[in-house]
Amino acid sequence: MADYIWLIPLFPAVGFIFNGLFGTKISKGAVSWIACLAVFLSFLTSVAIFFEFLQLPADARVFEINVYSWIASGEVSIPLGFRVDALSLVMAMTVSGVAFLIHVYSIGYMEHDPGFKRFFVELNLFVFMMLTLVTGNSLIMMFVGWEGVGLSSYLLIGFWYQKDSASDAGKKAFIVNRIGDFGFLLGIFLLFFTLGSHGVWTLNFGEIHKSAHLLNGNMINLITFLFFVGAMGKSAQIPLYVWLPDAMEGPTPVSSLIHAATMVTAGVYMIARLNFLYSMAPTTMMVVATIGVLTAFFAATIGFAQYDIKKVLAYSTISQLGYMFVAVGVGAYSAGIFHLMTHAFFKGLLFLGAGSIMHAMSGELDMRLMGGLRKKIPVTYWTFFIACLAIAGIPGFSGFFSKDEILWKAFSSPHGHIMIWMLAALTAGMTAFYMFRLFFGVFYGDCRAPEDVKHHIHESPKVMTVPLMILAFLAIAGGYLGIPHVLGGANLFDQFLAPVLGGGHGHAAAAHASAGFSMVSSAWASTAEAGHGGEAALEMTLMAASVVTALIGISIAWLMYVKNTGMPGKFVAAFPGLFKVVNNKYYVDEFYDFVFVRGIMKAGGVLLKVVDIGIIEGIINGVGALLQWIGGGLRKFETGFVQQYAFGMILGAIIVVGYIVFAPLF
Amino acid sequence: MVVQIPEMDFGWIVPEIAMTVFAAVALLLTLFRKKNSTWLFVEAMPLVGAIVALYFTFQTWNGNIDIFNNLYTIDNFGVFFKGLSLVILILVTLLSYRYIDREDMARGEYYSLLMFGTLGMMIMVSSNNFITIFIGLEVMSISIYILAGLMGGNAKSVEASLKYFLLGAFATAFLLYGIALIYGTTGMLDIREIAGYVNSGNFMVTPTFMAGLALLIVGFGFKTASVPFHMWTPDVYEGAPTSITAYMATGVKAAAFAAFLRVLFTAFHPFLSGWTYMLWILAVATMTLGNITALKQDDVKRMLAYSSIAHAGYILIALTVGDRTLSSTVLYYLLVYSFMTIGAFAVVIILGRQGSPNTGIESYAGLAGRHPVIAAVMAVFLFSMAGIPPLAGFMGKFYVLTDAIRGGYYWLAIIGVLNSVVAAYYYLRVVMYMYFKEPEAEIGAPDVSIGSTLAIAISVVVVFYLGIFPRLFLMIAHTSSAIFM
Amino acid sequence: MTNYIPVLIIIIFAFLIAALIVGASSILGHKISKKTKLDTYECGMKTIGPTRMKMNIRYYLTAMLFLIFDIEVMFLYPWALVTGNLGMFGFLEMLVFVIILLVGYVYVWKKGALEWE
Repeated sequence: MADYIWLIPLFPAVGFIFNGLFGTKISKGAVSWIACLAVFLSFLTSVAIFFEFLQLPADARVFEINVYSWIASGEVSIPLGFRVDALSLVMAMTVSGVAFLIHVYSIGYMEHDPGFKRFFVELNLFVFMMLTLVTGNSLIMMFVGWEGVGLSSYLLIGFWYQKDSASDAGKKAFIVNRIGDFGFLLGIFLLFFTLGSHGVWTLNFGEIHKSAHLLNGNMINLITFLFFVGAMGKSAQIPLYVWLPDAMEGPTPVSSLIHAATMVTAGVYMIARLNFLYSMAPTTMMVVATIGVLTAFFAATIGFAQYDIKKVLAYSTISQLGYMFVAVGVGAYSAGIFHLMTHAFFKGLLFLGAGSIMHAMSGELDMRLMGGLRKKIPVTYWTFFIACLAIAGIPGFSGFFSKDEILWKAFSSPHGHIMIWMLAALTAGMTAFYMFRLFFGVFYGDCRAPEDVKHHIHESPKVMTVPLMILAFLAIAGGYLGIPHVLGGANLFDQFLAPVLGGGHGHAAAAHASAGFSMVSSAWASTAEAGHGGEAALEMTLMAASVVTALIGISIAWLMYVKNTGMPGKFVAAFPGLFKVVNNKYYVDEFYDFVFVRGIMKAGGVLLKVVDIGIIEGIINGVGALLQWIGGGLRKFETGFVQQYAFGMILGAIIVVGYIVFAPLF
Repeated sequence: MVVQIPEMDFGWIVPEIAMTVFAAVALLLTLFRKKNSTWLFVEAMPLVGAIVALYFTFQTWNGNIDIFNNLYTIDNFGVFFKGLSLVILILVTLLSYRYIDREDMARGEYYSLLMFGTLGMMIMVSSNNFITIFIGLEVMSISIYILAGLMGGNAKSVEASLKYFLLGAFATAFLLYGIALIYGTTGMLDIREIAGYVNSGNFMVTPTFMAGLALLIVGFGFKTASVPFHMWTPDVYEGAPTSITAYMATGVKAAAFAAFLRVLFTAFHPFLSGWTYMLWILAVATMTLGNITALKQDDVKRMLAYSSIAHAGYILIALTVGDRTLSSTVLYYLLVYSFMTIGAFAVVIILGRQGSPNTGIESYAGLAGRHPVIAAVMAVFLFSMAGIPPLAGFMGKFYVLTDAIRGGYYWLAIIGVLNSVVAAYYYLRVVMYMYFKEPEAEIGAPDVSIGSTLAIAISVVVVFYLGIFPRLFLMIAHTSSAIFM
Repeated sequence: MTNYIPVLIIIIFAFLIAALIVGASSILGHKISKKTKLDTYECGMKTIGPTRMKMNIRYYLTAMLFLIFDIEVMFLYPWALVTGNLGMFGFLEMLVFVIILLVGYVYVWKKGALEWE
């Protein structure tokens, strides 16, 4: 079965091509079901391979299939191939599974949209590219997928291209991503040529792994940093995060699938995939972890002051992505992937829930105009509630397991630091606060919607609520795959990924910490030195601390938005300046706009004037004038144009002959 | 005195004989066909002829023999280009069926001349003798002079024909003069003999000889539409019937490049390094001028003409590098280029109407909304020309630029890349019109026929195939160019 | 290169002498400019009508066809001289050549290019 991994991306590709070509000829229903079926078949294939894998011993769980030798010239050979291992399987299952649910949901959500068929075509294209990205066996395949998801993301953000804001958002996403991609591409080139200078011309992951020892420290830091620049763009990290909130202009299922569950996590996947390189680059690791935690914290603060429910979720996504980068940055790759998976479940769910709320509220997005929806849309309410609990990290829900694993690793890993842990834990509390601010604001209190909207509030159809329920189930159950040792679990997830990511050494990492390798302050280190029992106690303590932080966040939200609804207003009144700054996202967009966009525009204007109009047009006009002058001279003898052509030919001939005959003489 | 004539040689030129016979028969058939007859014999001739010829051409693969006292050569290089010319003939015939009825062109003459033109190409690419090459070139050229003007009632077409003829005759004179000078200094017409003589050590380079070489470049430069011998191209390509434009842009260019490559890499390879700068400048000028001028074009047909000039520039990059082991790149590029160009012109044809060719870019506005499949295939061809993976055009450019880098021509590679960027602009502009503009006027039903559908379908499949699985044909191109090793 | 120096000298002298003669005559010569002087010389008579006449295109067609078949005949002469040595094969070869031209001839005939009106 593992030999058929290429089927995973193939199904959506077939769906894309079929619907793209014949979509206009068949009914809407057929288009949507073909699209869903294609993704579902991918999911089935990956599950089948997964079960086959479980039969195998852990170290035999790698397959590579080279479908075709794509570019072969001389010593350089770039095969087009796929790689099956624990990591790509987890990714493939998550992507295709979540994508399938969102496809189904979209049937209901997009029902009345004139672009219904186009939507499914582009969605299938996206799934195809994303699955190529995660199953490819070389950097080239990854890059193809990487660009492909960028393209489909651009198309889908700008899906309602008639709206200026949507097409602008699409462009912004594309351009910001290009900046990151540039770094990524540079990284690929640098790696390729550096390895090539050692005689290894390859971009295949396995072969890079084998010859990674040929690279020296500085080079590897530079290469991994360039890759991380790519990840910054794709996964919306500081400073390239600005496109993601704007990307919410796309249809909500798109926000859910691309800008929450799958595409934006590509950067995390890439770092996990290249973990052997990152592990050799401590400086980059530090940068990754630092940027990650700063992004997590910073985005969470913006989340405080947004009223648009999708914007809140967007900043929350950025923040959670920051968490994942903290995980991979401290070397806890499997924790990062674990959080990636659980996040795909609960954030996908949150967005779909938001879509369901919008559906109920006739497209309204402002939470100030909602409230009291608890009774009216019960399924949405309950599933949204579960997702909020999961993202807040309440024990028993998936987010708890994955988030706490990250927090623990941030603390205990040799690459970790207590500051990282503190900021991350604080962010956890803030996350709980703003998520429940949203939750209470939407579902509790009095309904603040206008009368005509109020009238129409209704629960979404089955085709939308069933995916919500399935995702809600996953948002709870997903976490039980990775119960940490300290809670008596076996952390199956970590074990499963261990052959690829070298995980499963939680204890070893802690031992490092106790040996004083980490930058953890000595007081904490001495606590850790208390031994195994002491370490477990420490882990429990930290866990409790983050749970308490989350509960405090929820309580504050409850106080402010349910119990005493006047409080937020007072708060805003007390600190008007602060609120304004945060509400305006720290004016980062304006700053970028001023410095880069206008700067570049201005530079472009200058270039246009000097180069285009001055030099190029000057040359073109000049050449034109010259030719006309020559032509004018000729016209005295003859008329017509063929003569000019012939004259040009003669001139050319004279130059060619003159050069060839006389050049050797000099 | 008994003259020895080896009779068995004729077995090797069955494809050429077949072409001649079918062309002559097609010509006679039209004469005796009644008006309004629904016979399709004439229409069938080029297809049947090409398939027969193609079959026999493949039989001669790995033949490697000189026949008719070395006037004619059967080798894999020739077979490759003969095959390519015949495939181009098939595609052009397919997309002509509806078109020539629509434009009311003389059918018998049209198909017959198409076949004669192909015959010329076949002769031209399979000889090592200057005289034979020249005869092939003339057979091809004269057929095309007439074909370009076959749209009798259309002044532009006649003008194109006349311009092409006048300038073509002019270029032929250069070529012939070059051959004469080389013959005068070496006393030889066979390029392999010349190669042997040049390398023998008792050869003294004289300016006359070098002038002969330079004039050859002028002559071939004209046929391949390279700057500065390209001026005729836009006018002629625009004025000629679109199917013939496709034929000129692919068949003529491929055959001319084939002969050019053969002459250059066989006989004059020792001198190549001496004029690297010359070819360098020609390549850069051809690419840049083609691309920059194409930017300003609002007529798709004319834009494609400039783009064809630019593509000649990319091929010249490979010639500049001058590495004989890499000449397969040229073959591959021409293969790829032929399919995407014919495809694009086929779309131009089906969007036209009788009397209104609709080649202005505004006629493409909103095409995606009305005819999504046509817009999609056009986008595929344009993307391929722009060199976007995974389409064939990307592979072609990739190999050319890789060659340049391997040969140490970094600047050439950089200029090539910059040019692709410029080119992407005007290709994507058409795509932009098709997908994002609202149509200005109602787009009627496209003039689709089975023939044009087939031609487009074949081109699309090949463009994808060559882009995604370039290996097989690259190997074939490699084997074909082994004659230079 | 030294071989070419005499050639170069000759070229230079040719130019110089030509320029000298033309220049000298234009400087020293006696000039009368009248309209009559600039007229086309036609036996001393005044010119009547345009100098360039339109010829019927049929002349060209006929001339071209004549050329083609004339060349055919030119080929036949040398062939006729050695036909005995060439044998049957040579005969067949020439037959093919003639047949090809015959196709052209039939075409021309059927198209009516040989009829004057």
